[in-house]
Amino acid sequence: MAVVFEKPKALTDAVFHYCPGCPHGIIHRLVAEVIDELGIEGKAIGVAPVGCAVMAYDYFACDMIEAAHGRAPAVATGIKRCRPENVVFTYQGDGDLASIGMAETVHSAARNENITVIFVNNAIYGMTGGQMAPTSLPGQVTQTSPYGRDVNHCGWPIKVCEMLSTLEGPEYITRVAVNNVKNVKNAKKAIKKAFQNQIEGKGFSLVEVVSACPTNWGMTPQQALEWVESDMLPYYPIGVYKDRTAAKEGTV
Amino acid sequence: MKTTQILIAGFGGQGILFAGKFLAYKGLVEDLQVSWLPSYGPEMRGGTANCNVILSDTPVGSPIITQPDVLIAMNLPSLQKYVDTVVPGGQIYVDSALIDAKVERTDVEVFYIPATQMAKDNNIASLANMIIVGHLLENNPHLSFAGTDEVVEKLVPAKKAALLELNKKALALGKNYKN
Amino acid sequence: MAERVLMKGNEAIAEAAIRAGCRHYFGYPITPQTEIAAYMAKKMPKIGGVFLQAESEVASINMVYGAAAAGMRVMTSSSSPGISLKAEGLSYIAGSDVPALVVNVQRGGPGLGGIQPSQSDYFQATKGGGHGDYRMIVLAPASVQEMASLTIKGFNLADKYLMTAMILADGTIGQMMEPISFEDAEIETYEKPWALTGTNCERKHNVVNSLYLKPDELEAKNFERYERYKIVEQNEAMWEEYMMEDAELCVVAFGIASRVAKNAVAAARAEGIKVGLIRPITLWPFPKDALAFAAEKVKGFVSVELSMGQMIEDIRLATQCNKPVGLCNRCGGMIPSPDEVLESIRKAQKGEF
Repeated sequence: MAVVFEKPKALTDAVFHYCPGCPHGIIHRLVAEVIDELGIEGKAIGVAPVGCAVMAYDYFACDMIEAAHGRAPAVATGIKRCRPENVVFTYQGDGDLASIGMAETVHSAARNENITVIFVNNAIYGMTGGQMAPTSLPGQVTQTSPYGRDVNHCGWPIKVCEMLSTLEGPEYITRVAVNNVKNVKNAKKAIKKAFQNQIEGKGFSLVEVVSACPTNWGMTPQQALEWVESDMLPYYPIGVYKDRTAAKEGTV
Repeated sequence: MKTTQILIAGFGGQGILFAGKFLAYKGLVEDLQVSWLPSYGPEMRGGTANCNVILSDTPVGSPIITQPDVLIAMNLPSLQKYVDTVVPGGQIYVDSALIDAKVERTDVEVFYIPATQMAKDNNIASLANMIIVGHLLENNPHLSFAGTDEVVEKLVPAKKAALLELNKKALALGKNYKN
Repeated sequence: MAERVLMKGNEAIAEAAIRAGCRHYFGYPITPQTEIAAYMAKKMPKIGGVFLQAESEVASINMVYGAAAAGMRVMTSSSSPGISLKAEGLSYIAGSDVPALVVNVQRGGPGLGGIQPSQSDYFQATKGGGHGDYRMIVLAPASVQEMASLTIKGFNLADKYLMTAMILADGTIGQMMEPISFEDAEIETYEKPWALTGTNCERKHNVVNSLYLKPDELEAKNFERYERYKIVEQNEAMWEEYMMEDAELCVVAFGIASRVAKNAVAAARAEGIKVGLIRPITLWPFPKDALAFAAEKVKGFVSVELSMGQMIEDIRLATQCNKPVGLCNRCGGMIPSPDEVLESIRKAQKGEF
């Protein structure tokens, strides 16, 4: 019997702890498929964040390290500078990457550190139970913005791709989503490019994946995906924000 | 030799630390025990600088000098600050081109040398420090002038070869100056 | 014997680290330890190593964490306020059981404090600093020569016990120059099968981690770690004794304070006071046995410290408060003079502690 679907080799047999309907499973799979397709499982070293993906080290079959909150790009820098022949990636959420770890994010991008960053933006702190994130939308109700995010009180959401693309340093900054089949396919292409860039020595590549959090958004998985389309993507438009190589070759 | 504790003090930019370094290297070459301790921090930029050098034939205990055997004062505030800390029987070297005041103590030996003026007159304006060092080496019973060439050659980087002769010249000016 | 060279304490640390096989340095500027970074910045690119100035102390210690996990000899250096920022990483490094060398060239505190020498991070270094149950090996050099030798020793101990070794120096030892000679460094090498190297698809994946959500697992991990710490305590305590043979009084001091204290002990001996000095070289493990042994024969101790009195607590613990312990201290960047220490010795001689 022909096998038409199987688990990527770059994932272990551990059962994900993620909530029903959480896109982390999809994104893990995309990263693992890319690792398989590029044949880099033996060279890959992943850095897990603090946040919902904190136990990513149990799920990816490559060597893994668990970083302190926000410090994944610094940890990845340390590893990559020691082992430039390895393929080093971080997998981070919005609180980790855009709040407590903003300095590490910006400076690793500015250094064009030759690493791959997978940034999962679901506009909320999931693991701690649904607090306001640096990417929570204006008016968004969370545990710590119970009357809706008041931008006059706590400021505006941070658009990471737009901001990082103003830097000279990084090679590739792009935003994708995983709310429908077409977007998932495009997300995989972007993730693959982000890993390929590293293998080719091009430098810092960040893929922002606009995701969903049905549990903490208080929605069904279906409603959450619809909210991504209706509310998230207008604020966080999909697209390539920086691609140095393409720009040089005039293909963008 | 006994333990000699030398305190060098003046403005930042007068080569206080370099003068100390020279004495420390001289001790190194002579196989002595040596410590060199600078003042550090923002005060170094344009403010007062000082440097503690200890030369001894036994291991150096504290590198911090509270009672110097020798004081080199290259400005008035330094002289005023440290004059009373010098041990009785010690020596004080005063750059008399920059300091009008006289030392009133009679239990110390004082050497007045217009080093900054001499440096200017000899077109080695930045080397008043080394003129005083030359004078010190000639006049201190526990130190000696011999071997200074070797130390200069060790200390002045090859890139700055031009400074070699100038340093030697400054040391000689100090050596030959008669009080 | 190897040739004697004049070097600043900070530079001696850097050169010794390179000789110990360290090829990765991550740091952030702070006075009074900048010479370490400057030396590394100059040397590392020439020997195939990496010097990287991080965006913060926080980032630099996490780069150290990554590099250590990758199996490399790696170090960072800072001074007191910077070490507070690194405390997070120190805890993660301890919790993940990877080896690293961290240098603290102490300055006065708390807060931004000052930039002059201090020993007021003794508690932070020996009792924790970061969160959780953990220890660091803490080495306290008292000379430029020891800045070098203890750096090499620190790397060896860190690898041997999978711990952070901290060089707890101070601004004076960091800034001063003394002649030192680099004997051939005794570099001990240890297998690192746990390191992140990539699986090469030949083994199960390695995970470097400090997260244990099951309390019984975390407890077991901590018990296991403390068994290792016990071995360190049994085997690695280092100290120097000076004129202790017939001593009736014992001065205890480390680092720069011990240099001043030595002068005072010599001066007191000249006055006929039978006093000696114990200088802890490792602050953790603290040389408890040496102190306990001394407590049996001396009538009391004087702790000389550049702090409000931190090591004094360990002296009392080691001697089970059997003998009085006096304190001779300055802080905030001030250093006691030999006369001040001598005065404390005279008082102790009269039974005043």
